Parts: sequence; structure tokens; C-alpha cells
Amino acid sequence: MRTAFIQQLIEEARSNEKIFLLIGDLGYNVVTPFAEEFPDRFINVGICEQNMVGIASGLAMNGYNVYIYSIGNFPTLRCIEQIRNDVCYYRGNVKVVSVGAGFAYGSSGVSHHATEDIGMMRTLPNMVICSPSDPSEARIITHLSASYDGCMYIRLGKAGEKEIYTQPYTMNIGDIHCYRESTGKSAIIASGSILHYAVNWVKDNNINTAIYSLPFVKPINREQLKALADKHTNIIVIDEHQKSGGVASAILEQLGDLYSEGKLQQFPKVHRLEIDDQFIYIAGNQQYLRDFTHLALNNTLFE
Amino acid sequence: MRQNYTELSKKIRILTLELAHHARTSHTGGALSMVDLLTVIYGGDIINISPSNIDDPQRDRFILSKGHCCAALYSTLALTGFLDPQELKNTYGDNGSIYYTHCSHKVPGVEISTGSLGHGLPVAIGQAIATKAAKTNANVICLTGDGELDEGSNWEAILFAGHHRLANLCLIVDYNKIQSMGNVKDILALEPLDDKFKHFNWNVIRIDGHDFEQIENALRNFQAETTKPTVIIADTIKGKGVSFMEGQLLWHYRNPNDEELKIAKEELQ
Repeated sequence: MRTAFIQQLIEEARSNEKIFLLIGDLGYNVVTPFAEEFPDRFINVGICEQNMVGIASGLAMNGYNVYIYSIGNFPTLRCIEQIRNDVCYYRGNVKVVSVGAGFAYGSSGVSHHATEDIGMMRTLPNMVICSPSDPSEARIITHLSASYDGCMYIRLGKAGEKEIYTQPYTMNIGDIHCYRESTGKSAIIASGSILHYAVNWVKDNNINTAIYSLPFVKPINREQLKALADKHTNIIVIDEHQKSGGVASAILEQLGDLYSEGKLQQFPKVHRLEIDDQFIYIAGNQQYLRDFTHLALNNTLFE
Repeated sequence: MRQNYTELSKKIRILTLELAHHARTSHTGGALSMVDLLTVIYGGDIINISPSNIDDPQRDRFILSKGHCCAALYSTLALTGFLDPQELKNTYGDNGSIYYTHCSHKVPGVEISTGSLGHGLPVAIGQAIATKAAKTNANVICLTGDGELDEGSNWEAILFAGHHRLANLCLIVDYNKIQSMGNVKDILALEPLDDKFKHFNWNVIRIDGHDFEQIENALRNFQAETTKPTVIIADTIKGKGVSFMEGQLLWHYRNPNDEELKIAKEELQ
């Protein structure tokens, strides 16, 4: 996913001279093609994320569209006050890009588990939250971000994610994308690379369910969510994040608003397959830690 | 020139005290300590900032990082034509006014909002890189407190600016020697501060921050520098200008009551 991002960013930077990339001394080999092609619009600021965000803010105030890139919690939690005060407050044209969503750096330990970032980042006014599920969504989101004048958080997986989509498609900010339709009562909503797992599980177990990708956790298109909830009364949300503040929280908040405004005929069941308020003290790769934290579909969810 | 500076700085100090009195805010001492620096920046002709060029890409940028002392900056802006002094005086900190009691970018002439310490210098660096890339002659000046240098983000920025030889960047340290809970030297000592900056590859100028000629010379020295960022370490006195506030920690927190305001204004006039 990170390679898809950088390739698309290079593509955009060729026609958009305002694109600037800052990295926090991470991205060996990944960002090199950008750095070589656009040396005047690239700085490795060093290992100093607070400074990196401030610099991005100052550049954005002078007309640049600035991407800052680092791993998981470093360009987000480490410097969240800078993001709040120096970027979001101005609706600055800054794109915070993190690599290693969820347990992608599983065996590296809790420092590298990006499992609270959505909750923290989505409370910030003006911030758009993107969580692509595969390289093609990462490319589309990067393309959208290049012309979007404002702040965005782009939460990338890592490397080697398979392309889920066989057909090219387009999307707008906030879109919920229907990957697999169904007339049955159930729908899975997946955000991030765990969509791939959901798609395979449904196929292997021959389950009658719709599958939706949620590439944008904020904003969420309300009309599309309403249509989804009108069709499906049993919703299973799966993402690699704490329950607190995560994707299911975001969906439930919107559903709650729709229901209280009288726009939903009934409130659907919402199952939350997310991390249950815990740190993981044992090592494991991404799949191991997903299993360990019960981010797993099972037949009873669809009954 | 120096007589004008003297007059302007007195007016800024009086208005600053009136604002503190009006809004019942803290940070009076730290606002007064930097008034003479602001007087030369906004009242002189060395730095290219004026009410007519606040959106001009060619303008110099001034960033007040110690945003808790914005009463002095707002007063300076009001007395140099950016703001209406009467409106400021009547509404500072009031419900519905644009005048938060920490720096707000919604106030004309204010570049960025500050209030949490250690934010100004990194943003100033981004500005300095951008104005340099745009091949303008614009300089960026950032003013921090001394206690503010406790914040690690400043040292990330100081290391970066030295490495990248950002000669169009100037940091001014309002070194009034007192921070929130006591003396800087007792809480987290900064000395030897000159040497620290020298070792980070900065052009270091140390001045009396209440001597207009030294302030002017330091700013000219900065403008002439071509290979390094400049730091002006300005030795100042907290509460400068009002005898019973000078050097007193208490005036980090207090604002003058009616009687104290009257006495202070008489002293300054």
C-alpha cells in the first residue's frame, strides 16, 4: 500500500508543483523515487515529528500541499497537539500519512501498533480520515488528496497487500463502497486491509452477506449509510482498532443521529469486531494478533 | 528615532496594562519584558511588516510563540495601525470578541495562533523554507520565552534550522529569567545558552533587550547573516517599566487593580 501511495504521489507531483513531502527519517527505499525526482520538494526532517508538523504547517500557510510521512503512531499520536493547533485549526493543507495501520507491524510491539489513531485523529475538527483497504484504494485516496485543500489523515497498511478490486472504480470523499451486494439482512463493513480477510472468509464460508468497504471514517456519507441500514438490519463492523473511538463508533454515532432524527425505520444490530480495550503483551504477526484479539468473523454473527 | 521608540514603548506598556486590567488576565510581567523588542520590530523601519502588507508574500513574518503574552503584541499592533486601539481596549477577552487572551490568527497582523509553548519555531521554519523557495527576501522572526525553551520541540527546530542553514530565520529569546514557578536557573537551567546555540550552528547575538540601539543592531546583524540562522538572546526584565512589577514572579499571575493601574500609568507617563 505504501508503494501505491508513493507512486501515485509522484504522479500527482509531476503536474502539481505545490506538493511537498516531509518524512521523519522513515521510508527507506519507499520514498526514494520521490526524493530523487523532486529534491526541492522533499525533506527528511530527521526524527522529530513535532517539528515536522510545525514545518508542514508553515509550508502550507505559504501555498504548499504538504504530506508528512512516518510509521503508525509517530506522525499522529506523538505530535497530536501540533496537528490540532498548527494544522487543523487553520484547516491547513497538510496530509498526515502513516504506514502500518493496526497490527501491520505486529511483532514490533505495542509502540508500533496503530490501534488508537483513528479515535484520536477523528475528534479533531476539519480532519478527514481515510483508511484504504488495498493498493487501489490507496491510489484513489492519494489522487483525491492531491486536489483536496485541507487536512487529511491517510492511514496506510504496509506492504504486500493484495489488490482486492478487479475493476477500477472512482469515489468521492465520504463514500461507502459496496464491494459485494446482497439482498440478505447482513452486511459487513470493513475498513483498512482487514477487508481482504473479510472477503476471503465470506467466500470460503459461502455466507449470504453484503460487504462494504469504508475508505473514509470521517466524513461518512449519511445518505449512503442510511441506504445501507435500510437494507441491512444486521451489521458487522470489523477493523483493526480499539473499540473506543474506532470505525464502529463512528458508524454508530451516525446511525444514532439518523435514528433520533427519524430517518431510520429501525435501529440495526451492530456487532463490533474491534480490539476490546487492551494492549497486547505477546509478540505475533498481523494475522496472529488479529486472531488473538478476536478480530474474526464467525457464523453466529450472521444468524 | 530613539525618542519615538521611547514614546511608543510607553504607550504599548500602558495599553498592555489596560488590557490585563480589563480582562483580568495573567502574564503581565512577561508581556512587559518584550515590549521594547516589539517596539523596534513594529515601530521601526528595519522589519518589513505593516498594516498594508499583511497578505503580501514579500512581507517579513513575525511569530509570537509565547502566545500567553499576546496583550503586548495586540497593543503593539493597535498602536502601529493594524487594529483599532479603542475597540481592543473595550473588548479584549470579552464574550464574542476576536481577542482571545492568547494569540489568535483571527486578529489582523497575527500570523499564527499560539498559547501552547514550543509551537512557534517549527512553524516559523516552515515559513522560512517556503519564503526562501519562493525566492523572496522575506525574513521570519520568532519570539519565544526563556522558560519556553524547556519544550523539546524547540530543540528539534533549533537542530533543524542550524543544519539547514536557514539564514532568513531569526529567533528572539525574551530572557527575563523568570518562568511560571520561579527562576529559570532554578527550574531548568538554560546556561550556557549562548554556547548551546553556537554548538547548534547558529549566529548568536546577546543584547540588552531594553536598549533600542542594541535591538536595532541585532536585527541588522541578522539581516546581514547569510549562512546561519540567528538567535538574539535578549536579556530582559520581567515586568519592565513598572517598579513594583519588575523582577517579581507574582506578576506572572497578577493583573493590576484600579489603584495599581493608576500608579503604573503615572510611572510610565
